[in-house]
Amino acid sequence: MADTLLAALSALMTFDHLLYMLIGVTVGLVIGVIPGLGGIAGLSLLMPFLYGMDDISALAMLIGLVAVIPTSDTFSSVLMGIPGSSASQATVLDGFPLARQGQAARALSAAFISSMFGGIFGAVVLTGFVVVARPLILMFGSAELFMLALFGLSMVAVLAGRSLAKGLAACAVGLLIGSIGGAPATGEFRMTFGMGYLYDGIPLVVIGLGLFAVPEISDLLRRNASISDRPPLGSGWAKGFRDWYSNIWLSIRCSGMGCMIGAIPGLGGSVVDWIAYGHAVQTCKNPENFGKGDPRGVVAPESANNAMQGGALLPTMLFGIPGSGSMAVFLGGMVLLGMEPGPAMVTTNLDVTYSVIWSLALANVMGAGICLLLAIPISRLTQIRFPLLAPFMITLICFAAFQATRDIGDLLALLSLGLLGILMKRFAWPRPAMLIGFVLAPQSETYLYQAVQFYDWSFVTRPGVIIIGVLTLASVIFGIRKRVDDTGHVVSASKDTDEHEGRWTSRAPQIIFALMIVGLLIAGLKDALDQSFLAAVFPASVAVVGLAMALWLLPELIAGHRGHVSHYDSELDGETVGKAGIGGLWGGAFWIGGLVLASALIGFYLAMILFFVAFLHVRARAKPLQTLIMTAAAAAFILLIAKMLSLNFPSGLAQSYLDLPWPFR
Amino acid sequence: MTDFKMTRRKALGMALATAGAMMTSPAWAEVDFSGKTIEWIIPFSAGGGSDTWARFNAPLLSKYLPGQPTVVVVNEPGGGSTKGANLFAVRAKPDGLTLLGTSGSTQFPYLLGDPRVKYEYKDWKIAMAAPTGGVVYTSPSTGVEAVADLAKLKGQKLTYASQGATSLDLVPLLGFKLMGLDVQHVFGFKGRGDGRLAFERGETNIDYQTSSAYIKNVQPLVEAGQAVPLFSWGVLDEAGTIVRDPNFPDIPSFPEAYEMLTGMAPEGDDYDAFVAFFIAGFPAQKMAVLPKGTPDDIVAAFNAAFETMKQDPEYLANKQAVLGSYEQVTGGKAEGLFEMGTTISTQNRKNVVDMLGAHYGVKLGE
Repeated sequence: MADTLLAALSALMTFDHLLYMLIGVTVGLVIGVIPGLGGIAGLSLLMPFLYGMDDISALAMLIGLVAVIPTSDTFSSVLMGIPGSSASQATVLDGFPLARQGQAARALSAAFISSMFGGIFGAVVLTGFVVVARPLILMFGSAELFMLALFGLSMVAVLAGRSLAKGLAACAVGLLIGSIGGAPATGEFRMTFGMGYLYDGIPLVVIGLGLFAVPEISDLLRRNASISDRPPLGSGWAKGFRDWYSNIWLSIRCSGMGCMIGAIPGLGGSVVDWIAYGHAVQTCKNPENFGKGDPRGVVAPESANNAMQGGALLPTMLFGIPGSGSMAVFLGGMVLLGMEPGPAMVTTNLDVTYSVIWSLALANVMGAGICLLLAIPISRLTQIRFPLLAPFMITLICFAAFQATRDIGDLLALLSLGLLGILMKRFAWPRPAMLIGFVLAPQSETYLYQAVQFYDWSFVTRPGVIIIGVLTLASVIFGIRKRVDDTGHVVSASKDTDEHEGRWTSRAPQIIFALMIVGLLIAGLKDALDQSFLAAVFPASVAVVGLAMALWLLPELIAGHRGHVSHYDSELDGETVGKAGIGGLWGGAFWIGGLVLASALIGFYLAMILFFVAFLHVRARAKPLQTLIMTAAAAAFILLIAKMLSLNFPSGLAQSYLDLPWPFR
Repeated sequence: MTDFKMTRRKALGMALATAGAMMTSPAWAEVDFSGKTIEWIIPFSAGGGSDTWARFNAPLLSKYLPGQPTVVVVNEPGGGSTKGANLFAVRAKPDGLTLLGTSGSTQFPYLLGDPRVKYEYKDWKIAMAAPTGGVVYTSPSTGVEAVADLAKLKGQKLTYASQGATSLDLVPLLGFKLMGLDVQHVFGFKGRGDGRLAFERGETNIDYQTSSAYIKNVQPLVEAGQAVPLFSWGVLDEAGTIVRDPNFPDIPSFPEAYEMLTGMAPEGDDYDAFVAFFIAGFPAQKMAVLPKGTPDDIVAAFNAAFETMKQDPEYLANKQAVLGSYEQVTGGKAEGLFEMGTTISTQNRKNVVDMLGAHYGVKLGE
């Protein structure tokens, strides 16, 4: 085995292979930086070049790409508060406050070093476990997978925010949104409301961008200033490294969790960053700084998300079961190279497996190194007036959302969820709780149904189920003790806050929003009751739990004393209240809505160009030449990626009458 | 003089004849895709079987089509592949610049009369068909040690990990039912690989894998005594009957296994319905089709390109991983598969839809 390991290393260490790996790493870094674009887009980009390449170079290139996306996606999470991909949503909570305090370089270096460590940790685990992993992975049956989904949901307790009722209701809404589309047991279509788009459910990337990116862009836009309100403090490299080194055990624990979650097929791992973040809050001493710029809030998710990629390679290569969308594309790449995954990967093809593992480790070092070099120049972005950056961000998130299913519905869903996200942020409804619910909904439902089919209800007595059950219970107890709110601040559920003085009617907006959530839950319940039992039982139970939470919350909102934990309205209590030069709450949504509407009329590409000109001229008040240059640059960039991804842009009404050439088609 | 006149007339006649011949089009003279880009629409996300199949063929198609056009794979996922196929039906022009790659998941909703289907297979022209096959196996815990013990399965409670009643797993559903086996179908699995994992964990005791996955992943289980092969779905011979799969000469085909179990060769409406879905799901699983009204010379050019690429070293090197041991077919053979894989009688369709509604709560008419 050691021979094979060394042979694989020396095979990899040729100029050609390293060059191809560098190409993969570079593409991965660029894709990671762009919000919303992840492994699927990156791998699709490289796929056409695999033809005729030698196996080791091609694998090095693909692995290089997959490995570094969770490294570079940190840039936009930390610098703008906009998650660069679904793997680094939790990094926003503490990374972004650090950036606003002028410590972007410190947060970034801590993140990159954690990413590198996590990636190498993943590779080491892979080396040791790949030969014996098969029976371990087979120990996780549908019953254990259901329990793991519950364990993931238990993180809602710690991420629920100041009001547990709001947190659980948000989670219920997430679970309900996650069960839109075909029911796993019967294939019945739920909550489609006659819209073809909803038949497949809403894609995760659209949910992520809608809930996290849109509200943040709107918020930054209202402030009308640069992201950081003070000049950057030194290079921050050494500080970032010390932040990681002094939390090395946290980093190890989170890497281990990431690796395990990635390795278990069927779990996905898109909430691994939240689980790591929740774990950090649960176990760290002095958690009061979480959400205000605690470097541990960066170290934890960043260690976990890179380690996860290593774990995710296990089921992909050993069983041919891709754990995530990007692993599915990677698997396709392997097949195109003439390699078939299976038990042979640890016997006759062990050399291939080890060259994959070495590539993973090397790519993580390369990726983190390049990112560290780029950290300082890129963190200067935080000094630019945000309205000049906004059109790029808005265009990119729309482009990324559209990547999901290439349907105009992606843009409409982005807009609707963006509005929901803005309101949730305003009234302190925890968005992470909703996201976790969304991601784990299909897993909870499918695995519970399968477990009951296979084992009957006696599945609860399986030893694995009991062990995970105990862990889940512990996680809930720890979580309730140390709850963090929407922005990551640790709160105590009993402490009142200072509430503004004002009339009772000032509470009306939050009451109306809570009633809107009730409306959503009722719509879900009503839809469920029209379905057969197996299709209805999950969404109906979830809706009932959500409604119970709302019934607990509403009286508090209406009759609770001033400063009650459930009350929050950033328009009354937030940090922007009463400051000069603050724009309206809906400015950002208005512009995004404009772009979406224009896309529906004249197609995305034309709409995007018009949007750029209009935004820069009217909103950012840029000079004509500057407007022209920025628009042209953005149009050329989007065109280039679209061409490489062989993508047709969403077409609008105009295109159904006129036959226009690509890219306007 | 006379000679000259004769010659001139002759020459004129020849010229006219040539012009006439050119107008009535030998393929080679007109089809030329130089500088063009051909879009190969795949109605699934990147990374799946169909996507991989198209990405394997695309560069070869580009190499062997006249004029060496660029061939790009365009993913248009949604609605279990009905969305991309609908878009193709509406949008694609008959100029050979758009090609659709269908799969069993595109054929099945069409055969079942799913209201989401707005496309009509009979409008399209087939350029190539890629057959596949599969092997059904069981767990030794059922007491079955070899195919000969098949009868022991009768009356036993069997469990199968299914991707859904209207998915490709409809073929095993109909097949097991035809054989009179008592199989509990547990739905919600993400793919056959996912289902195989459930078998390996002991959660199910009957399963099938497509041929290449069977060879790679199940063969080792068979050798370790953890799985027993029962039958292959079989392949179609020239006459259109199901015969033993040449990749598995020692394993009986479905009709043979049926006969072993019941003593009679399978026949009747239920068997015809099974065969319709079997053909759409296996021998005609993946098809590359051209839009309605595509001129014959363009179809011929695609046929020729798909045929000649079979000698390409790149094709030969990787076909095992992508296609299994089955050869892609064109021309009359492909047309035969296309016809059989997209046809079902109204009565048989109604029977299957009614059965799925009654037993599995499937509603298609929403």
